[in-house]
Amino acid sequence: MTGPSRPSSATDINFTFDGKRYSARRGDTLAAALLANGIGLVGRSFKYHRPRGIMTAGVEEPSALVTVGEGGRTEPNTRATDVFVYDGLVANSQNRWPSLSLDFGAIFGLAAPLFSAGFYYKTFFGSAKRWMFYEHFIRKAAGLGNAPTESDPDRFSQRAAFCDVLVVGAGPSGLAAAVDAAEAGQRVILVEQDEILGASLIRDPQELYSVWVQNCAERIRAAGGRILTRTTASGYWEHDLVTLTQRLAEPGQVPHNGVAQRLWHVRAGQVLLATGSIERPVAFPNNDRPGVMLSQAVRTYVRRYGVCPGQRVVIATNNDDAYLTAHALQEAGAQIVAILEARPAPAGQGQNLPVFNNAHPLSTKGARHCLKNVSGSVDGVTKSWDADLLAVSGGFTPVVHLHCQAGGTLEWNDAAQAFVPAQSRQNVKTIGGAAAPAPVFNATPVAPAKKSFVDFQNDVTLADVDLAWAEGYRSVEHLKRYTTLGMATDQGKTSNMGALARLAEKQGVAIPEAGLTTFRPPYTPVTMGLFAGAGAKDAGAHKRRLALYDVHAAKNPIWQPLGYWFRPRAYPMAGETLADAAMREARSVRTSAGLTDVSTLAKFEVSGPDAVALLETICATTVGKLAVGRGRYTFMLREDGFVFDDGTVWRIDENRYLLTSSTGGADRMATHLSYVRNYLHPSWHVSVVNVQEHYAGIAIAGPKAKSAVAKLIGEEPPRHMSTISAKIAGVSVLVLAASYSGERAFEIYVDARNAEPVWTHCETAVIAEGGCLYGLEAMEFLRIEKGHLVVGGEIDGRTTPQDLALDKMLNKAGGFIGASGLGRSALSEPGRRQLVGLEAIEGSIPEGSMLVTADGKSPEGHVTASAFRIMEGGSIALAHLADGFDRHGEELIATSPTRGQRARVRVIAPHFYDSAGERYRD
Amino acid sequence: MMLIHCPHCGPRAQSEFVYERTVDSVAPTDATTDQAMQTLFTRNNPRGVDDEIWRHSFGCRAWMVITRHRVTNEISHVRAVGPETLP
Amino acid sequence: MNRYSAFGLLRGALNGQKHWQPAWRDPEPKAHYDIIIIGGGGHGLATAYYLAKVHGLRNIAVLEKGWIGGGNTGRNTTIVRSNYRLKPLHDFFEFGLKLWHHLSDELNYNVMFSPRGAMFLGHSDADMVKLAERGDAMRCDGIDADLMTRDEVAKLEPLLDMSRSARFPIEGGLIQRRGGTARHDAVAWGYARGADSFGVDIIQKCEVTGFVRNGNAVVGVETTRGRIGAGRVGICVAGHSGHVAGLAGLKLPIESQTLQAMVTEGVKPMINSVIMSQSLHCYISQSDKGGIVFGGDPDNWPSYAQRGHPMVMEGAIAQGLALVPSLSRLRMVRTWSGVTDMSFDGSPIIGETPVRNLYLNGGWCYGGFKATPASGWTYAHTLATGSPHPLNAPFSLERFMTGATIDETGTGPMPSSR
Repeated sequence: MTGPSRPSSATDINFTFDGKRYSARRGDTLAAALLANGIGLVGRSFKYHRPRGIMTAGVEEPSALVTVGEGGRTEPNTRATDVFVYDGLVANSQNRWPSLSLDFGAIFGLAAPLFSAGFYYKTFFGSAKRWMFYEHFIRKAAGLGNAPTESDPDRFSQRAAFCDVLVVGAGPSGLAAAVDAAEAGQRVILVEQDEILGASLIRDPQELYSVWVQNCAERIRAAGGRILTRTTASGYWEHDLVTLTQRLAEPGQVPHNGVAQRLWHVRAGQVLLATGSIERPVAFPNNDRPGVMLSQAVRTYVRRYGVCPGQRVVIATNNDDAYLTAHALQEAGAQIVAILEARPAPAGQGQNLPVFNNAHPLSTKGARHCLKNVSGSVDGVTKSWDADLLAVSGGFTPVVHLHCQAGGTLEWNDAAQAFVPAQSRQNVKTIGGAAAPAPVFNATPVAPAKKSFVDFQNDVTLADVDLAWAEGYRSVEHLKRYTTLGMATDQGKTSNMGALARLAEKQGVAIPEAGLTTFRPPYTPVTMGLFAGAGAKDAGAHKRRLALYDVHAAKNPIWQPLGYWFRPRAYPMAGETLADAAMREARSVRTSAGLTDVSTLAKFEVSGPDAVALLETICATTVGKLAVGRGRYTFMLREDGFVFDDGTVWRIDENRYLLTSSTGGADRMATHLSYVRNYLHPSWHVSVVNVQEHYAGIAIAGPKAKSAVAKLIGEEPPRHMSTISAKIAGVSVLVLAASYSGERAFEIYVDARNAEPVWTHCETAVIAEGGCLYGLEAMEFLRIEKGHLVVGGEIDGRTTPQDLALDKMLNKAGGFIGASGLGRSALSEPGRRQLVGLEAIEGSIPEGSMLVTADGKSPEGHVTASAFRIMEGGSIALAHLADGFDRHGEELIATSPTRGQRARVRVIAPHFYDSAGERYRD
Repeated sequence: MMLIHCPHCGPRAQSEFVYERTVDSVAPTDATTDQAMQTLFTRNNPRGVDDEIWRHSFGCRAWMVITRHRVTNEISHVRAVGPETLP
Repeated sequence: MNRYSAFGLLRGALNGQKHWQPAWRDPEPKAHYDIIIIGGGGHGLATAYYLAKVHGLRNIAVLEKGWIGGGNTGRNTTIVRSNYRLKPLHDFFEFGLKLWHHLSDELNYNVMFSPRGAMFLGHSDADMVKLAERGDAMRCDGIDADLMTRDEVAKLEPLLDMSRSARFPIEGGLIQRRGGTARHDAVAWGYARGADSFGVDIIQKCEVTGFVRNGNAVVGVETTRGRIGAGRVGICVAGHSGHVAGLAGLKLPIESQTLQAMVTEGVKPMINSVIMSQSLHCYISQSDKGGIVFGGDPDNWPSYAQRGHPMVMEGAIAQGLALVPSLSRLRMVRTWSGVTDMSFDGSPIIGETPVRNLYLNGGWCYGGFKATPASGWTYAHTLATGSPHPLNAPFSLERFMTGATIDETGTGPMPSSR
């Protein structure tokens, strides 16, 4: 390793690596800057903690992984080759303790003969607890960097776009294709993962080319095309949808406008993949030492960054391309001490270079984590050279990831010893080097397998491949999974072909017959926050705002989530607990009046000549017999006969009905209605309008409710289960008389835009009657005492109308959805869980607790809801109990082992209050 | 994410659509219990082409039958259903 | 078969680990087997293992169209638990969990079962009651479950967002401490090695293309490697149940859907347990290699494409990041999918079919991995004796027609709404 080879410049910027300050040129990758500062040791490998340097100059880097950034912007496992240095960049090495140069973890390397592929499957036996003991240490040793512990301070945005042609990769073929398409009038998006355009042209710069690249960019833009740099096409999905990940700030960098990255969903007419190829390393013992680098990477550092990574260089190659590297190195003043050329006869531009034909590397030696010596075989004779850099080229692997993600197939190109795209399944075409990689010489490696690394990050050697083979893990997928080959952060970009060649050799077949693992998205790792976008803030679940939110908020209630909404659970007065407040509110309903917001209930207006037909399909009860102005309780079955929702249905006009159902089931009910109306019965003359949020709903309940409503509407309120139109505060309202609480009660529906004045009037009227506001908790007490059902509680998707004692209400004529499901034998067999009431004999009944005949017995039912008798006190509950209808009077235990609570209970009818229903009738 | 050609709105992202059920799961309204349950509970579920009922829920809300290959996701036909398709 | 041990590895350290034999043979199919299992996933291999080990049968073949463990066994998020609300489910999975606790020793293959705790989070008082109900149901049947306070949850998983202002604030949790994760591939390989040692033929690259019938009885299978006779045939092909059953003329209460999972780059330990949520549809754990393993809901439309969907993936990640905000800067390195066999009540099917000598094991929805030992055990019993084990008797195919469905979520026969 050499010292800095570039003169410093006035525009230098500063960064730190492992706490030490260094300078870099703008446009440097961290890898280039580290090399320029003479740093060759950058990281430690995953398993053996072997010292590792910089192997590549691109996204395929397996070794030079560092943690970049601080606090919530910490990005572990960042490829030093894929982060451009900015002023103040903080980078730290990983997976080492106490320091990078002195890493105790390297002891794993000494024990490498023990830690062969899959060694962990063969040991650490004993109890699961014992494995967890070992696992504790294994987990600590595994992983690479440390994740941040703080929240991400930055944002990620998402954008959708459409184009005629999406070109991936701005090398020569990508640029040319983008120019052609743009100038032919097509909408073009050109993406390039690098900061600048040109790709392979950058490492082989000729005056003409850099002018040409500029010219292409200008022509694309002039023709209306869009060029996105620092943008990776990371996923190819169905129907030519490509996701792009665009870096707006480098890893760890503070973004200009708070947005760190942008995710694009691009739907393209056609996709052109000009993704080039990735150079392959060569497998031989100790090929992982810092100072061993891919040939094209060496050239990139020399030509693009002005950094010469070595002064005495050995090159090992099986192709012509490496000679370009030799010339670049010579131009930079480095000495080429040997070129180990796999081909038996001179080829390439080897004039005036020390080329050894029929040669390949055998091993490397180093000192203080730097390369010192390379040994190689020349015509079977071992030779060695002192060198500080070994540039290797084992051929080129086309980047076919996106082609394969799109469902395309591959074919074997024997000259290039590589898979190239064959059939495409979508509108995608591969062009340039990815379609036609350079030819290479196919020589079977003869180097020993030990310490010959194929997967540099996961420390998989040829010996591991051999062992997997010997143990029967012979499918390429088994090989991958058994050895962890290709499962590191680079997903095998540099490793898979080397291992595959070895596997094919073992099988005695050609490489294409050995098979390939699947290419999965993303092409390069993608920041999780980017996928979440803005959704992370609310978990992708938006809240809806009650029409009457402000009036509730002013009273500072306890809120409760319900569906998309938050509804007041209780309105505590100073010093009151939730339970106190709810009990006070419930008593107010029982003794005078209460007011509550029921706006979130699902509501549908069903109108037209076939309204009854539709409703009698949806509802399991009759609807047709309702007189205008009357309503009734109803419930709905799934096709399989189980109850899934309940509500009320009201005949507002001759052919106009209002259907209400549960808040939580609103979406499902809306879809169900639409399905029945539009798919099953398109010819019916009926319209269904979802008016859930069109109307706000205000319920007034209690013995004084009638007088309060009478004063509000200035006329006689409707009788129980009747409805009238009226006005409150000059606003038209619909008044329904229905009782959920068990008291005389009314629901007032009003256009949500006018809800506030109506609510205010109602509140005044209720308070004038000595009543108060009540929330969901009091409502729960009231309905439990009355034995009314709730969806998600008693109606749990597993109960039939019979189980809930609703069967007497079933429409005898049938024809409703679920009628045929009800006929199944198991729905009327003994042992079904049936709705009962419970009253405590001793203790208070825990909600959700199990009903057992004696401690230690298996449960025969459970408590669906529990409460207290509102006026008299005493714990009561609703429950599902096996054969419960026949068990009234029986004593059971309601037990909750998880809460250490239990009660002795008696089974009774599930109506604890006014079972005759006298209180809500006039 | 597929591109679905809504018969009313044209090509739209799949995220605007919701799959409901397969056509073969829908029993005639006058089916017997056995027929209805057989239809509901046994499906062709082919590793190939099937007719599926989808809805443009976050668009025009219309229903349609999509003929789609379950492996390649190739959509060979989209048929509008519902009142607006009646003569 | 070599016995696996630390000593064996030490010995190998001296000889370059050259003494290990293949973990299983690569036999040619015989003309006839007593029992043929279609599908070389974890379930099929476990079934073969227990048929040999428990029932003493030897003339058994497992036919795999690709490579063993290559389907959902190798594609799941490796969660093992038995914390179900309904008795038939928690009894079944608990039987399996007990097997899991000794599986590495049983197979002499370290499946890395790690009972680090499987925790459901509750986000409201109502959630907490539901969790208590689930826990109580389990505890009354002798299965471990503990409610956790907010503080206990925060102590176990310090990186969870415990703020009260979160969209889904964390109010507590329910943990099954004996639940956890395992190494999925090792389960397939361990059972394969075990079955092979009893003489079971594991035949890879052998796709079943049809059934040989004699009247209403199956007497063999047609395969890409020729016709193979069989006394009994057990289908065990997860997402491809509909396809294989279709070859026998059967239609099933199963819809195949794609379920996606993903993993981040490896990092040092940050997630200690398996985190699941009542309100959010994601589950998070950390593999021994350090990757954060993420899963979400199925794609909710029928699919046999082993490919994921960006929309579903983005949703699952948004939910996961809401729970653990500091995951934001980790990078997802790979996403993949399996074809899940969504049954019409969310519970599996193990038992007879209307075709004589043909049996079905399927309908695992997205929960098959944890069932592997119990599924194998009970399916082996069913195949060996011709009638179900008491644990899988409730999971008959017939239940859909009679109405005795086992519907944990109460969402009914539409897998897309499950």
